Amino acid sequence: MGSGNREKFDNPVVEWVDSRLPVFTLMQKEYGVFPTPKNFNYFWNFGAIAMVMLVTMIVTGIALAMHYVPHAAMAFDSVERIMRDVNHGWLLRYLHANGASFFFIAVYIHIFRGMYYGSYKNPRELLWILGVVIFLLMMATAFMGYVLPWGQMSFWGATVITNLFSAIPLVGDSIVTLLWGGFSVDNPTLNRFFALHYLLPFVIFAVVFLHVWALHVTGSNNPLGIEPKGKQDTLPFHPYYTIKDTFGLLVFLLLYVGYAFFAPNDLGHPDNYIPADPLVTPAHIVPEWYFLPFYAILRAITFDIAIPFTDIVLISAKLGGVLAMFGSIALLFALPFLDKHPVRSAVFRPWFKIAFLALAVVTFILGVCGGKPAEGLWVPLAQICTLYYYAFFLVIIPFLNKKEPVAKLPPSIHEAVLSKNKQG
Amino acid sequence: MKYSIFIFLMILTIGFASGSAVAAESSHKIPHQHWSFDGVFGTYDRGALQRGFQVYTQVCAACHSMKHLSYRNLSALGYSEAEVKAIAAQNTVTDGPDDEGEMFERPMKPSDKFKNPYENDKQARYANNGALPPDLSLITKARHGGADYIYALLTGYAEAPEGETLGAGQHWNKYMPGNKIAMAAPLSDDMVGYEDGTPATLDQYARDVSHFLTWAAEPEMEVRKRTGIKVFIFLLIFAGIMYATKRKIWAGVKKS
Ligand code: HEC
Ligand code: HEM
Repeated sequence: MGSGNREKFDNPVVEWVDSRLPVFTLMQKEYGVFPTPKNFNYFWNFGAIAMVMLVTMIVTGIALAMHYVPHAAMAFDSVERIMRDVNHGWLLRYLHANGASFFFIAVYIHIFRGMYYGSYKNPRELLWILGVVIFLLMMATAFMGYVLPWGQMSFWGATVITNLFSAIPLVGDSIVTLLWGGFSVDNPTLNRFFALHYLLPFVIFAVVFLHVWALHVTGSNNPLGIEPKGKQDTLPFHPYYTIKDTFGLLVFLLLYVGYAFFAPNDLGHPDNYIPADPLVTPAHIVPEWYFLPFYAILRAITFDIAIPFTDIVLISAKLGGVLAMFGSIALLFALPFLDKHPVRSAVFRPWFKIAFLALAVVTFILGVCGGKPAEGLWVPLAQICTLYYYAFFLVIIPFLNKKEPVAKLPPSIHEAVLSKNKQG
Repeated sequence: MKYSIFIFLMILTIGFASGSAVAAESSHKIPHQHWSFDGVFGTYDRGALQRGFQVYTQVCAACHSMKHLSYRNLSALGYSEAEVKAIAAQNTVTDGPDDEGEMFERPMKPSDKFKNPYENDKQARYANNGALPPDLSLITKARHGGADYIYALLTGYAEAPEGETLGAGQHWNKYMPGNKIAMAAPLSDDMVGYEDGTPATLDQYARDVSHFLTWAAEPEMEVRKRTGIKVFIFLLIFAGIMYATKRKIWAGVKKS
């Protein structure tokens, strides 16, 4: 970020600032001429889209926080007051509630893209890991945000999820008491969740900064998964990708506002319009849709793990579920070190491609299982899918490391694009 | 590009499908009704809203509160300021303390919330065999099926089938989850006198009160949809222009 060999700007005001603090030079370098592979497809839009969603969440969230009352006796009514009496309060709230869903949609596609094209591999391991940190922080933020309106699902979702920590041996119960600030989910819980829900998005913002910094050190991956070799392989970020990102963003926003204005409650659960009642348990407690695959993994472990031929339980079903759920995310952290295959992109890895697309389908099925009551065929189905999820990372990937043939890659992005154009 | 957008749409549907994955669990599927507020261009029918409000006041208000609504909100149903004042003044509320420190009764004002039929939940339960009549201000948002469900519930009372036993104060309803409900069928033909010549039938009452309750839960709906259409069109045109610009900027790239 030093001013190194800085080029002069014509505009005297810009030049005055830039010679003292080279922000314009920085922007010019990182977002103006930044060399970007010329062969991105539309999957490469979702990073920018996620960034816009994060800002949207912070802006609408701060406006909501000006009217919201974080007290167990008043939170529900204060949200209703926002909906009815605050000018455009309904708009703020629906943009925020649906914004969370669309933020996750963008990030899920972004993660899918990264895995499909091998963007997590050397030299982008840390970039990937920072991404998974953002994902974890988002889950914590969204979970605590969902508690704030203090409806039935808020309350019971919070109860179920915080209770999970009691499965941790020895310290579990103390952790739960700490989370609750008492002996059940109550006003202190709501207060600390509100404080953290306000804080975490800014932590996310900081990690996004590191994520983008790391990106600008290694440069972007691309659908071919080969590094750009020179100028003929890249384009300056502006105007080529500024315009493409803008167009992609607008298409995404069309879907987002479609939900926010015309079906604002379709992604939510009706029970959250019933005020929280500690005495009435809802028939099915389900988290928001974006947590369902993980919720299914949690509930898939229905058996204790004991020392064979004894009654000594090593891992109770509850602890097993918690470990399986957190493990499923831990595997994402480990992915760059598990996958040692030299080829990045699934385009040139037919075996990996099949296994990975199967993982995507399996994750979807897990999501469906997570939304159903844990009974009947849903349980074994979730178990089989969980097994595949783990096997993908721990069996299939190591197997492919050794066995999947290393395909011959195109000599450069430029030549690959040219030959594709000749065919098409 | 077509391919990516296709995948994107698929993933969106996935979110949608898994979001609404939980099914209702009464013995009958809730039939869909036609409502004037359906769809992107839907609006409320002022006549139906006023009739629905009449049904609420004359029947449901005996047991159900609507605590998120104020009388002033009724101007959205087409009532004049004077009419709203008169409606509010039909009830009284304890206010105070006055300058002498005494509480006093006064007629309600448009700024007051709808009158709650009971002093508190305990009293409400005591008066209803132990069951609590839920507040109706958000009921269409708080149940799967929304207005369709409320209409189905109100018209769905029947004899309990062979072999099913009802507890004291319970009634059989085809659409209530679990089929047993502590509310006796609240509506029957000719119960409320409509002034606009609309048939005074159970079916019509149920339809009107469901319409009214939808408005009560989503009073912003008409503004929301109108704004939504403008925002959508703006983004659509903007996206079109950006697409054309993108095509132009990228025109030379692929072939070089
Ligand atoms: C005599 C008192 C009484 C009257 C009058 C009454 N209700 Fe109810 N209502 C109840 C009670 C009690 C319950 C709780 C039932 C239960 O939990 O089983 C209830 C429940 C409901 C429910 C919730 C059902 C569910 O899904 O949980 C709705 C909706 C409802 N009433 C609508 C109405 C409407 C609309 C009217 C006017 C047409 C009305 N009620 C009139 C007493 C009444
Ligand atoms: C990472 C970004 C964020 C995510 C994913 C997120 C997520 C959520 C979610 C899922 C809800 C529940 C919505 C509902 O069903 O009503 C919520 C509510 C809320 N959020 Fe956020 N949020 C974010 C950022 C913020 C920020 C920065 C603030 C500012 C203080 C904020 C303030 C609020 C408030 C006040 C509520 C309660 C009002 C309501 O329920 O609508 N949020 N959030």
